[in-house]
Amino acid sequence: MLIFEQSHRGRASHAQSPNSDLEGSVLPAEALRTSKPNLPEVSEMQVVRHFTRLSQKNFSIDTHFYPLGSCTMKYNPRACNTLASLPEFTGRHPLGPSLHGQGFLECMYELQGMLKEVTGMQAVCLSPAAGAQGEFAGVAMIKAYHDDRNDTARCEILVPDAAHGTNPASAVMCGYKVREIPTGKNGDVDIDALKEAIGPQTAGIMLTNPSTLGVFDRKIKEIAGIVHDAGGLLYYDGANLNAILGKVRPGDMGFDVIHMNLHKTFSTPHGGGGPGAGPVGVSKRLKPYLPVPIIGKKDDQYVLLDENDCPQTIGRMSAFAGNAGVLLRAYIYARMLGREGMPRVAEFATLNANYLLKRLMEVGYDAAYPERRATHEFILTLKKQAKELGVTAMDVAKRLLDYDFHAPTTYFPLLIPECLLVEPTETEAKETLDDFIDTMEKILAEAKEDPELLKQAPYTLPVRRLDDVKAVKQLDVVWKKGEK
Amino acid sequence: MPFIPHSDHDIEKMLTAIGVDSIDDLFDEIPDNLRCGNLDKIPTGMNEMEVSRFMRERAAKDGLPLCFLGAGAYEHHIPAAVWEITTRGEFYSAYTPYQAEASQGTLQLLYEYQSMMASLMAIDVSNASLYDGASALAEAVLMAVRANKKSKSRKILLPRSINPVYRSVTDAIVKNQKIELVDVPFDAETGQTDLAALEQFAGEDFAAIVIPQPNFFGVLENVDALTQWAVDNKMLSIGVVNPMAMALLKPPGEWAGSGVDIVCGEGQPLGVPMASGGPYFGFMCCKQKHVRQMPGRIIGRTTDLDGKEGFTLTLQAREQHIRRSKATSNICTNQGLLVTAATIYMSLLGPEGLKKVGMASHKNTQALAKHLSAIDGVSVTFSGASFHECVLTINTDVKQLIDELAGKHHILGGFNLSVDYAELGNAILVCATETRTDSDIEMFATTLDNVLNG
Repeated sequence: MLIFEQSHRGRASHAQSPNSDLEGSVLPAEALRTSKPNLPEVSEMQVVRHFTRLSQKNFSIDTHFYPLGSCTMKYNPRACNTLASLPEFTGRHPLGPSLHGQGFLECMYELQGMLKEVTGMQAVCLSPAAGAQGEFAGVAMIKAYHDDRNDTARCEILVPDAAHGTNPASAVMCGYKVREIPTGKNGDVDIDALKEAIGPQTAGIMLTNPSTLGVFDRKIKEIAGIVHDAGGLLYYDGANLNAILGKVRPGDMGFDVIHMNLHKTFSTPHGGGGPGAGPVGVSKRLKPYLPVPIIGKKDDQYVLLDENDCPQTIGRMSAFAGNAGVLLRAYIYARMLGREGMPRVAEFATLNANYLLKRLMEVGYDAAYPERRATHEFILTLKKQAKELGVTAMDVAKRLLDYDFHAPTTYFPLLIPECLLVEPTETEAKETLDDFIDTMEKILAEAKEDPELLKQAPYTLPVRRLDDVKAVKQLDVVWKKGEK
Repeated sequence: MPFIPHSDHDIEKMLTAIGVDSIDDLFDEIPDNLRCGNLDKIPTGMNEMEVSRFMRERAAKDGLPLCFLGAGAYEHHIPAAVWEITTRGEFYSAYTPYQAEASQGTLQLLYEYQSMMASLMAIDVSNASLYDGASALAEAVLMAVRANKKSKSRKILLPRSINPVYRSVTDAIVKNQKIELVDVPFDAETGQTDLAALEQFAGEDFAAIVIPQPNFFGVLENVDALTQWAVDNKMLSIGVVNPMAMALLKPPGEWAGSGVDIVCGEGQPLGVPMASGGPYFGFMCCKQKHVRQMPGRIIGRTTDLDGKEGFTLTLQAREQHIRRSKATSNICTNQGLLVTAATIYMSLLGPEGLKKVGMASHKNTQALAKHLSAIDGVSVTFSGASFHECVLTINTDVKQLIDELAGKHHILGGFNLSVDYAELGNAILVCATETRTDSDIEMFATTLDNVLNG
């Protein structure tokens, strides 16, 4: 039932609104609203019950194993939320003088420093609100760099075919054309194809390493050499940083600019699809172009550096200083891990992924790259099952929901047919992985005995498979009064 | 090991199953010369007790000054239930609802959010949110250029009365696509967009005009005239509004009768704490005919295999994970958790409650302006009616004044306008929401009088 269907005219959560009227107001009548918005008229308890019950229809990290590849669904420590929600932090006005923000700004200054250290970059700006905005900022810096050198013939960004969809979309938003580079048979970038595609028109390349194929590109130094020799710059998509935290640094691989997804590697909550935080880090030559504000230190005071301090900046990505509350949570997480805890993240994420891959292969699943080591995630392909049994990756994913496991990422990357991208993260216990393996084995048995069972799954959730075609054709995105 | 559950026994069994001797062997594909050493510049870890004490000390340094500052972020009362429910693990730690059957809670909530926002704006449709108000305006500008099929123009009329940081964010995001923002001046007496000056652009080809309500000065624009002007001059209109004002003021879908094409803005006033500027959420609504040009996630209602009602992501063919380089935007997330808070907030307030918050904020600011302008050397700058912010001209250096109020008196006295609007001289933008009491306002007035004239 929708909240609107519980609404009764004249009912209200009376404790929640101030007493006020328009007596003595100078507002002109023609500026006022005469229609009443369709907000629900309900009691406080109705609201609490309605949204509590809605929450119970969700799978989440707190309730379920959530091995969604490329999303790093690890435990979000409660302390990070509690401490970032201290009243001085939540009550701070973003334009308040830095005098009333030294505690917050010091945390942010130190977070910049820690991110620099762990990525091997020369400078960091925290303000991009999400990975995609970090990508935009990164590519815009590449463009500003070439433009400043009057190197304006560079109109193309290279993107491997395995890349996240945001990569080409971000490049286009910066005014670039996108050229795709194919992946070689072993999962690494096809070096010959790269050499063929690169040239004086190349502004840069956007890479994820480990790639979305769940393997570490061993020729990364060679790729960096080829791109730099051609005058291009290298962009690092930090979506998979969890795999290499404290082990390898993008700066040491030769990247000029990176974004980090703090909602992945630094364990800030995904919140049902956001907020994220996508700080960017740069090498020395891109430092002048970083977005503002940046946290600086002047005369022992922490301050926000702006356009006056950074005249070559690409500008601002949001009204204030980015998703401050997310950044605080990431800072607290980083302080709890410490220098010794960061490499352990990569180690146990990798241990869990390789264990899961090995055991799933033993029970009959095919790896997309069986000869490669898994990183923090890996890909299964159900090509064989689709052909022989008519059971697809989507069917297995939906059946997993019936067994109380969130599904892995399905049908991404696009170049692997019938694929499941599985990322267990370091915070899952062996028993959970073993339960998942047993369930996957059972589903495979079901697929052989009764494929139809899988094709109709799930059966036990609040709804069964939804009609996505109808959702587009009979578009209903807003409830209207008088409707059921 | 913090947050890692493995016992030595587990590790041994897992390594044996994989067939390697050590965890380090799992990194054998990474070339040795790329492996980094210790992260010496990062401090060692703290346990929860240690980090709690440490963060409380940091927080205490910031204090909680009395706030008369707005300028795009506002202190409103947030009912206790809002964040109690929002931080339930099932909302807090869920991901994007790609597996619809396992995400009906988030999906239905987003559908209800879209319904509430569209109704509050009195327009057809809403998306499931963008990053913040400023970047939402940038997306609205890109959308208008795509959606205006009758014009090939890449120029947008942008009033100077818009929040100046919205202008710089929009410019930073759209300039690489060669879109030009053209200033429209404001009337020095009323603080409204200058309709006479706007006439110089009549007949010229623009993709759209942006119309703020209220504008950055808190002043109400003549939104009907501006919207009609856009229609007459064959361009799209983009409203930028404070959603808190929309239960009280005429909503953008009703401006000039037929309403604006697109409306966006900052959702923070609806149940999101100020928190140093984020995370907030940007909202965006539009007319039905533009829905396929709208960026961001959209949730639709549909039915399942048994004919039962359910909710799912829809119109995904606009989005980057399907369309890649041809997507309407690169945006991948929405601000789901903030929208969760806003939806609970709007449900608790209802149409009357939201209107009362708007009225109380408006009346408090009116009282504040009256008290402050009674002080020697302080006057109200603009004659135009205002919502819950007001510009005052003060006969002293505003930056120094603000610093003194904050440093000595723990009062955030307002936003210094003299940097972005030199022509206003020493001008300050002040705000009093429903959270300020009569005695807060009197205290600010007494303090200001003492500082200026004491």
